[in-house]
Amino acid sequence: MPILISFIKIVMVIFVVILPMVAYSVWAERRVSAVIQERVGPNRVGIPFTKIRLFGLGQPIADGIKFLLKEDFTPGHVNKFYYWLAPALTMVPALLTCAVLPFGSELFGEKMVIADLNVGPLFIFAIASLSVYGIVLAGWASNSKYSFLGGVRSSSQMISYEISLGLSLVPVLLIFGELNLSEIVWEQSKNGWLLLPFWGDGAIWNGGVDRFFLLFPAFIAFIVFTTSIFAETNRLPFDLPECETELVAGYHTEYSSMKFALFFLGEYAAMIIGSGLIVTLFLGGWSLPFGLDAYLMNMTGDPEQIPWWLGLIHIGTFLAKVIVFILFFIWVRWTLPRFRYDQLMRLGWIIFFELALVNIFITAGILILTRGSAS
Amino acid sequence: MSLLFYIFSGLMLGFGIMVIVCRNPLSSALCLVISFLGLAALFVTLNAYFISIIQILVYTGAVMVLFLFIIMLLDIREEKSKDWNFLAVGGGVVVLFGFVVQLISVLGGYEDGKQKMVPFPEDSSHEDVKMIGAEIFTNYNFHLQVLGVLLLVATIGVVVLSRRQGKEGSENN
Repeated sequence: MPILISFIKIVMVIFVVILPMVAYSVWAERRVSAVIQERVGPNRVGIPFTKIRLFGLGQPIADGIKFLLKEDFTPGHVNKFYYWLAPALTMVPALLTCAVLPFGSELFGEKMVIADLNVGPLFIFAIASLSVYGIVLAGWASNSKYSFLGGVRSSSQMISYEISLGLSLVPVLLIFGELNLSEIVWEQSKNGWLLLPFWGDGAIWNGGVDRFFLLFPAFIAFIVFTTSIFAETNRLPFDLPECETELVAGYHTEYSSMKFALFFLGEYAAMIIGSGLIVTLFLGGWSLPFGLDAYLMNMTGDPEQIPWWLGLIHIGTFLAKVIVFILFFIWVRWTLPRFRYDQLMRLGWIIFFELALVNIFITAGILILTRGSAS
Repeated sequence: MSLLFYIFSGLMLGFGIMVIVCRNPLSSALCLVISFLGLAALFVTLNAYFISIIQILVYTGAVMVLFLFIIMLLDIREEKSKDWNFLAVGGGVVVLFGFVVQLISVLGGYEDGKQKMVPFPEDSSHEDVKMIGAEIFTNYNFHLQVLGVLLLVATIGVVVLSRRQGKEGSENN
């Protein structure tokens, strides 16, 4: 039975939530970019054979069918085995990382997380670091200079930013003293989000002086973490691996149809899960703000039990927060110009690396001053 | 549980052999990656999540990516198969034999190894991260500091060595 429940959760999360979200974030990307550039964007495809347009919501489905039906061309000069392997190696780690993200509190007594590991954030980093292989292999196996340069750029970028990503997370883990993402969200639900500690024990008028002063390092960690997620997912302003003006399309220059779509899906899935991670760590995951969770749970009489409608609200809250972040990603992409490669590396190694390192010391200092000895 | 053990240890050993057998250095490196993943999975079957994650994070995520990088950048080509050198093959077999005998004799005398390894309890109550952290920062704190200094020295050494050639070359990273 537990296996069956896990299976249902996996299918629900990947095929009902993430993959459609990928498709519709592509649509959102095109629509939002159109709004920003005063165009119309894809607004025509609705229900086939009718005049119903539905704001172009049918476009992602048409795109998906197009990807599947196009000719799958393998150029003659590539290394066949690795050329075929690379798209899968990019896609799979991106989807695997969603296993530890808590996307809701409880529904019918079942925790809304696929694998409730005690090493949640580390698991995400470990698996996400595997997605470099897909990109490196794609660049190498394509046997073309654009792909190769794109692959090299991408992997050095990802390795560089993984360091500041990991270091910027340490203050967060110090504050919560916990590596389990579900527990982190529960703590935030009761005592205030990391960036909004204004209820429960985290509020300054309830004795949460530490949380108030920790807002400063938490905010630095948030900035470094979010920017590093941009670099990790190869999104603009850090999309050097595939910058069109220099490298045609970077590591996926030689790819077509569904294999290209897998790279595309991997990138957007990584973006969605990155948003989910930011939301979970800094903005309370599925929890409602200002202690509404505790209020609603008390209202039903049994503070331990989460009723099904509250579970659904929690899932909805999490998705809403993630969608806000995806829109933020898109907004940034269409408003900021691309960095130069040396600027990108300098930002990662000289500014963010040091900032994240100093931030750990600041956090530890505040923790010692406000909570006494590190318990 | 034991079925999983055989699957993953088979995966590990099989791809371990492939590392040596493959002629293409890139394939060798990737086989080593899969071998490491098998090892991480074995740790998971013992409920030692932290070590398994660190195994993936450090070895497959960092060390092997750098390996792959170097192989790609130096453009090491596929090794051409040479004729058999029977003296070298014979020497290899003798060394292998000696090594196996030594392993058997050493491990045979190791009494603690005869007990069955007990996996951590299934529930998430045991906190392996905290246990490892407490152990390292109390009992092995001095060793940890020494290792840290060693790594720092190595890092500084690399920076010094790579910056030595020509001042004008230092612009590109």
